Amino acid sequence: MEMLTAYLAFPFVRYALIVGVLIALCSSLLGVTLVLKRFSFIGDGLSHVAFGAMAIAGVLNLTDDMLFVLPFTVLSAILLLRTGRHTRIKGDAAIAMISVGALAIGYLLLSLFSASTNLSGDVCTTLFGSTSILTLTIGEVRLCIILSAAVILLFFLFYNKIFAVTFDEEFASAVGTRAEAYNLLIAVIIAVIIVLAMNLVGSLLISALIIFPAMSAMRVFQSFRSVTICSAVLSVSCSLIGILASILASTPVGSTIVVADIAAFLIFSLIARFKGGVRS
Amino acid sequence: MKLLTCRNLCLGYEHVSVLSDLNFSLDAGSYLCIVGENGSGKTTLMRTILGLQSPLSGEIIWENGTRRMEIGYLPQQTSIQRDFPATVWEIVLSGCQGRAGLRPFYNREEKELARASMDRTGVTVLKDRCYRTLSGGQQQRVLLARALCAARSVFLLDEPVSGLDPNATREMYQLIEKLNQDGMTILMISHDIGAALRYATHILHAGSKVFFGTVDDYIASREKEGILPPLTRAEIRKEA
Repeated sequence: MEMLTAYLAFPFVRYALIVGVLIALCSSLLGVTLVLKRFSFIGDGLSHVAFGAMAIAGVLNLTDDMLFVLPFTVLSAILLLRTGRHTRIKGDAAIAMISVGALAIGYLLLSLFSASTNLSGDVCTTLFGSTSILTLTIGEVRLCIILSAAVILLFFLFYNKIFAVTFDEEFASAVGTRAEAYNLLIAVIIAVIIVLAMNLVGSLLISALIIFPAMSAMRVFQSFRSVTICSAVLSVSCSLIGILASILASTPVGSTIVVADIAAFLIFSLIARFKGGVRS
Repeated sequence: MKLLTCRNLCLGYEHVSVLSDLNFSLDAGSYLCIVGENGSGKTTLMRTILGLQSPLSGEIIWENGTRRMEIGYLPQQTSIQRDFPATVWEIVLSGCQGRAGLRPFYNREEKELARASMDRTGVTVLKDRCYRTLSGGQQQRVLLARALCAARSVFLLDEPVSGLDPNATREMYQLIEKLNQDGMTILMISHDIGAALRYATHILHAGSKVFFGTVDDYIASREKEGILPPLTRAEIRKEA
């Protein structure tokens, strides 16, 4: 406990906690929708795109990665959702292709052009976000707060529409809701969250942040609202526990958070089995 | 009073025509059953009438100002819905989304409408139950209540009884008949030709040879072609 208070005196620990909580909150809100719409893997695909974009930004020697990575990922999200229907390449195959492609090209570019002496270390950091959360600047924290606030506000305002479009797109369009526009909104929000979350858990583990809290909540709760709230609470708690545990035990932040999420999922599965009657 | 007119309608996807040269008009208060083989374009016709896709050519005219968002629609269930964590109340209320427009939350009037819709389809007792724990017939009645929140005068149903047991099927047909008696115009896709002849006023047979007309005309035309309907008109009435 003393150790913890000592650590909390450092601004970088406080930054990490603020960013961690916000990202966990945002990703879990959208996670429920993504899991239910069978878009779980879009998070995975987009995070690899973001990795590729970061590699390109690195090669181009851009001073601010974010300015390039964010629009690039948003654009890919829009393209991915567009290809989802009415095309020859089906949604899941398109995601797999873009995901693997971006990962390969990103690594290729880094190994061809990177001036760094510790290439595998750099790649590992981007993929697993090992230490970047502890080296956040005040500017990055501000950006994160602004974007998270925007995500939460949008989710709150469009909660009923997001529910309607998730449950039944056909019906929603038939009664005049612009389902396409809301799908686009969801894609853009998820891209923003992924770019933000790269700092926290790295691009490989982002899917965990999106999927685990939603899946856990869906095991136990019966209404969309309670699933969303539980998923948010769960995600924030797991992130807090994960970050603090990783600082105390000097483990990688991202992996520790994901392990906390897995543990929560197992506990919730047990509760569901204990209560009985709830199908997975 | 005319409600809906389809003129020289050609339907399909990306230059592949499914149904062509469709001409019919429907009076308010009618009960139209759309029958036909799988792949004959029944659902495509319904999606086009709803404005979810545009016709290849021809036009659909709604008379006396019926607007798209005033149509009730009961689509076929998707696999996503079967294990969806949402309560009956949340789902029925989402039927009001067209009325709410861009307003982020539902107002008292819309909540009242959702309650009334649940009463009409008899799902009020299920209000707080989770959708995925309901039986097929109950789920269908919940979706019917949701569509009622949107419907003012027209109701479109895409195979409302598929996958239901005989009891649930009969209940569903009775609910739809009740709606029709209350003045709602019904357009329903059905594979159940017996029920179509029993409940509908008009039949649209989609396929290479399109038929549109009253139920009596339909039976007559089928008899003329030597394809007798499964039951004659009198027998159908007796059974109902």
